[in-house]
Amino acid sequence: MDAPTDHDRPLREVAFRGGGFRHQPIRALSIGTFLALLFIWETGSRTGFISNLVLPAPSEVGTAFYDLWKSGNLWDHLSASLARLGAGWVLGTILGIATGFAIGLFSVMRASLAPLVAAIFPIPKIALLPLFIIWFGIGEGSKVGLILFGTFFPTVIATYGGIDNVDRTLIRMGQSFGLNRWEIARKILFPGALPAILSGMRITAAIGIILIVAAELIAAEKGIGAFIQMAGSLFATDQLVAGVLVLSVLGLAVNALIGLAEKHLLRWRA
Amino acid sequence: MELKIDALTHSYDDLAVLDDINLDIRAGEILCLVGPSGCGKSTLLRLIGGLERPTTGRVIQIGEPPEDSLNPLTFIFQDFALLPWRTVHGNVSLPLESHLHDVPRREAVIADVLERTRLSEFRDAYPRQISGGMKQRVAIARALAVRPAILLMDEPLSALDAQTRELLMEDLVDLWQRERFTAVYVTHNLEEAVRLGHRIAVLSRRPGRIRKILDVPDDLENRDILKPGLASIRADLWQQLHDEAREADRQLTR
Ligand SMILES: Nc1ncnc2c1ncn2[C@@H]1O[C@H](COP(=O)(O)OP(=O)(O)O)[C@@H](O)[C@H]1O
Ligand SMILES: [Mg+2]
Repeated sequence: MDAPTDHDRPLREVAFRGGGFRHQPIRALSIGTFLALLFIWETGSRTGFISNLVLPAPSEVGTAFYDLWKSGNLWDHLSASLARLGAGWVLGTILGIATGFAIGLFSVMRASLAPLVAAIFPIPKIALLPLFIIWFGIGEGSKVGLILFGTFFPTVIATYGGIDNVDRTLIRMGQSFGLNRWEIARKILFPGALPAILSGMRITAAIGIILIVAAELIAAEKGIGAFIQMAGSLFATDQLVAGVLVLSVLGLAVNALIGLAEKHLLRWRA
Repeated sequence: MELKIDALTHSYDDLAVLDDINLDIRAGEILCLVGPSGCGKSTLLRLIGGLERPTTGRVIQIGEPPEDSLNPLTFIFQDFALLPWRTVHGNVSLPLESHLHDVPRREAVIADVLERTRLSEFRDAYPRQISGGMKQRVAIARALAVRPAILLMDEPLSALDAQTRELLMEDLVDLWQRERFTAVYVTHNLEEAVRLGHRIAVLSRRPGRIRKILDVPDDLENRDILKPGLASIRADLWQQLHDEAREADRQLTR
């Protein structure tokens, strides 16, 4: 390096090397990508580059959806699915939160139930479908049961994980002010575990939608899953894709609802 | 109400933390506990407050707490221990909810205590919105709301920056002038001890023993740390602590 002198020393701005690793929303690009894909797909289909056997054109899917809607079948199928999904998901979530709390609060429960939950959680519930039919019959019971079973275990794990992560000094604070166990559970542990419970709900809602298709394999006449099955067996790919689209929109809607709930219930967070 | 700590010894499994502690906590006085970090100060405070059971020895309560005391032994924690999902008002309300079921009376107590700690205008703020100093003021308000007989403060200013700490020390002095509360004040900061303590108990490194108890004769309100009297007390404290701190620094936790 040159020996520094008072004048004649080179002047250079310090190069910027920070920044990055932070996402900015580029809304136009999100929508643009989606539209571009649709456009390529549609032109591909029209020019015969994409065979109709392989994939129906977006316009055909649109027509199929319009027919589904117009005939009133959409609502029939959707309401049947929503009823099953709602019942199974709500029951699974309530039971899951209760069980998660029991595991989070009591050593006896943790010792006995936590390993069981950990063992059953990873098995694909679809594999148990025949068992559900034997247990609950081919009516609504087995369908709701499958979704309940599928959403219960992740909820348990999310709940007691959330409770375990509540700052212990807050519990000690509660004790130091003479709060009883029930008050500590209700006023400190539950709100503290709520972020984890809500992100668990995001996951179980998706699991519920995945399982509804499987559940409606069981002798169902109505339901989006049943509609997709039917379309699939007839190779009516336009209807099939329309049905899948409905599920995707359902998933997005549920996600948005949970997002709203988070925004309201967790407004104390930054 | 006063407390007497009688031959108290504590260990966690085979780790001896406190050894033969004898100490009186007198009404209307601030007793500071200083000692090197890890010597068992927080443990001692938890034992005094009944959050843990001593291995041997006892903490004896002398006399009854005042009739209107809702929570005679009340903690103020180093990290504030505020519920992030409750506003300032909600946090102060928390301990009152189990004692005062009459809502208008409860609201009156909250309004009064927020007024006294000059927090009224932050009533609806969440903890994340306020500074560390404000958070600790909220914790102090919450503690005052239950009318404690004895405040148990575990390094209440250690999480704050130097200027905020200075301001809160002034606040605490003011508060003591007005309310003459009784407190056990744990700190590792000699400045705080000399400014706030009527008596200062020096603990040795782990297992903590009481090395010495110093009296600070001056009134709380006009203590100047630079004056010769206090400066010599501070020097005396450091003398006591210096070697203990050095040795404690070299101790393995386990
Ligand atoms: N719940 C606990 N279980 C086991 N060891 C503990 C527990 N609490 C504190 N200790 C140990 O006891 C010693 C004293 O801790 P503490 O009272 O927090 O010290 P101080 O507050 O003086 O820094 C430390 O060595 C610490 O690791
Ligand atoms: Mg400590």
